[in-house]
Amino acid sequence: MASLDAVVKQVVSKYGNDRTRLMDIITDVQTELGCVSDEAVAQIAKILDLSKVDVEGVITFYHFFTKTPRGKYTVYLNNSAVANMKGRAAIAKAFEDAVGCSFGRTTSDGLIGLYDTSCIGMNDQEPAAIINGVVFTNLTQEKVKEIVTGMKAGKDVKDLVKEYGDGANQSDLIRAMVKNNIMRKGPVLFAPYEQGSAIKAALSKKPEDVIEEIKIANLRGRGGAGFPTGMKWEFCRKAEGAKHYVICNADEGEPGTFKDRVILTELPHMLFEGMAIAGYAVGAQEGIIYLRAEYLYLKKYLEKVLEDLRAKNILGKNIAGKGFDFDIRIQMGAGAYVCGEESALIESAEGKRGEPRNRPPFPVQKGYLGYPTTVNNVETLCCAVRIMLEGGEWFAKMGTAQSKGTKLLSVSGDCQNPGIYEVEFGTTVNTLLEMVGGRTAKAVQVGGPSGTCISKKDFGRRICFDDLATGGSIIIIGPDRDLFEIVHNFMDFFVEESCGWCVPCRAGNVILKQKLEKIMSGKASTKDVQELEDWCKIVKATSRCGLGQTSPNPIYTTIQNFREMYEAKVKKDTDYVSTFDLLAAVEESCKAAGRIPKVEEH
Amino acid sequence: MSKPVVATASLAGCFGCHMSILDIDDRILKLIELVEFNKSPIDDIKTFTKQCDIGLIEGGCCNSENVENLKLFRKNCKILISVGECAIMGGLPAMRNGIPVKECLEEAYLKCPTVDDNIIPNDDELPMILDRVYPCHEIVKIDYFLPGCPPRADLIWEALVALLTGKELELPYEVVKFD
Repeated sequence: MASLDAVVKQVVSKYGNDRTRLMDIITDVQTELGCVSDEAVAQIAKILDLSKVDVEGVITFYHFFTKTPRGKYTVYLNNSAVANMKGRAAIAKAFEDAVGCSFGRTTSDGLIGLYDTSCIGMNDQEPAAIINGVVFTNLTQEKVKEIVTGMKAGKDVKDLVKEYGDGANQSDLIRAMVKNNIMRKGPVLFAPYEQGSAIKAALSKKPEDVIEEIKIANLRGRGGAGFPTGMKWEFCRKAEGAKHYVICNADEGEPGTFKDRVILTELPHMLFEGMAIAGYAVGAQEGIIYLRAEYLYLKKYLEKVLEDLRAKNILGKNIAGKGFDFDIRIQMGAGAYVCGEESALIESAEGKRGEPRNRPPFPVQKGYLGYPTTVNNVETLCCAVRIMLEGGEWFAKMGTAQSKGTKLLSVSGDCQNPGIYEVEFGTTVNTLLEMVGGRTAKAVQVGGPSGTCISKKDFGRRICFDDLATGGSIIIIGPDRDLFEIVHNFMDFFVEESCGWCVPCRAGNVILKQKLEKIMSGKASTKDVQELEDWCKIVKATSRCGLGQTSPNPIYTTIQNFREMYEAKVKKDTDYVSTFDLLAAVEESCKAAGRIPKVEEH
Repeated sequence: MSKPVVATASLAGCFGCHMSILDIDDRILKLIELVEFNKSPIDDIKTFTKQCDIGLIEGGCCNSENVENLKLFRKNCKILISVGECAIMGGLPAMRNGIPVKECLEEAYLKCPTVDDNIIPNDDELPMILDRVYPCHEIVKIDYFLPGCPPRADLIWEALVALLTGKELELPYEVVKFD
């Protein structure tokens, strides 16, 4: 093996000794050396003229970066709520039994590491895990045994994949067992289209007219927040800067969403063409797609698609002979939910900790490297392609007053047909449940954990920005599920994913989780529920970015919509219940001191 | 009419909050007119001699004696107030909460370079150490919280006067800002 110094030197020079490419540098060093040790940190810092803390801060921020070895084979088993519904516990145990170590550890011989990870975008085929970047879905105890036997025999992880999914998942560059599960095709995303036709249509107009067409369509961001895309592009175009950037947010991290995975698999040409259209509209020549680390398995394939598009002159110099230059590079993430927030994503793409920025200035004013930048969701950019082809008016005929067009929904949980559904905005939850075979649902989580948990009385409500907004995640919760377990799983997720910058989110989510646990334990009064609700309001109102402003929602919306569930847990005859147990609290110290605890007189 | 009775205690605290009570300066004379003190370090009464109206608690609970004392206050006081950061959230003593108590004891009594008898104190007369420092409201019901490290004398004064007179508490920004 090459020496550490040589590896680091070679990797850093590969990225032009550029500190803004620190994410890639760390990724490559880790791939070569198995982890980024103190020595590697010191070496990277030295070459890039950074402090060691700058480098270490980035490593410790991201889930998939590590300073200590996590095994020749590293298993990341998804721990999302839906994974639990689909039998994750038994799969985790099967891994532990077969591997011989528990989760959160690596075997003593350094061969296999077992680790938890947040939702990997496979909710429609759980339980699922990522092993050395390769995705394993629909895991069974038998499959786990086979995989572990293969790892112990030193096989290449890719060779452990026995079956391939449908569509492009079978292509040589992907070869993944991931299934697309496209259940319903709609007119915007899944209607046929001819590659290159949309960018040609756009280039035949003035950039301002492209933006006007998007405005006529009333296209709103598909990531969840729903900001008007035309307005965003206009702000970006008008912002002064030596150059402009287009960033595609392919960091779908909201538990339960996997629609972008399917777009990236089946419609990447459309997406990249959409980025070129955005580039033309805002006056950018460079685009970046920020791809979540969980979708590493698509990277080679996407690079090939980019090459194809360059060959077809849909990307590159003088596109379609119209004098417009635009190209795209892929920026890999490294496992951080908060990087889905656009300013955090930009920080991460610049090789830093993915902590949200203060706004203003907004990314459209000062974004990537300080240049005006439009950050758009994968699906939004695909919609722009269709709008160029069919026109804004055609698009605006579909949907509701405030939400035009269609929405791609990622449906998972307790239903017969989990998968991707392209439905018109305004579709009611009832209609959707009918469509997916989930009529028995007692609750539906719309928009993922940061969204809303609704009960039967609200199943008549519509999925759209005017009513129930969603970035696409729909989790169906069947009649026999313990809703508390699901809410608790969501709070675990937010505690794990809070970036830690602001106190309300860093500490508040822990407090919320502990208060929830108090209620779940049955040692709580009505006042505890009131306090829990008050804490939700505090965290929502005082957190710095969208993460903390929405993280109390699992608790907040279930208190609103399932209050009886909370009331059934609490003691009604008192306004105070303590969970304090003196004997348990003194056990460890008495043992250390060799004393026998005496608690009678207390 | 007899005067309202006040009791105070410092649990796992530094007595800074009690110092802050004394910081009300000459108003302490007015306070003596308004109330009577019972169990408190201020008058050195060690045991409750009657039912009290208000109990002021400084500090959280780090050992079994704190817990016992706090429960005694809850039993003997109509209104119990957590005074200051340590009572409300554990404060500085709670910095050990991320470290297993065994490690803390070993560090303090076995590994520390200035100790030579190398024994973790184990006399039955000593309070038992809790696994972590608990805020008071996790042990007993607390009625009011006066934040600060320490809470300003004005805040303590205003709160006591408000409770004693039944008037609404006035909290100007200067009294509750901490930055």
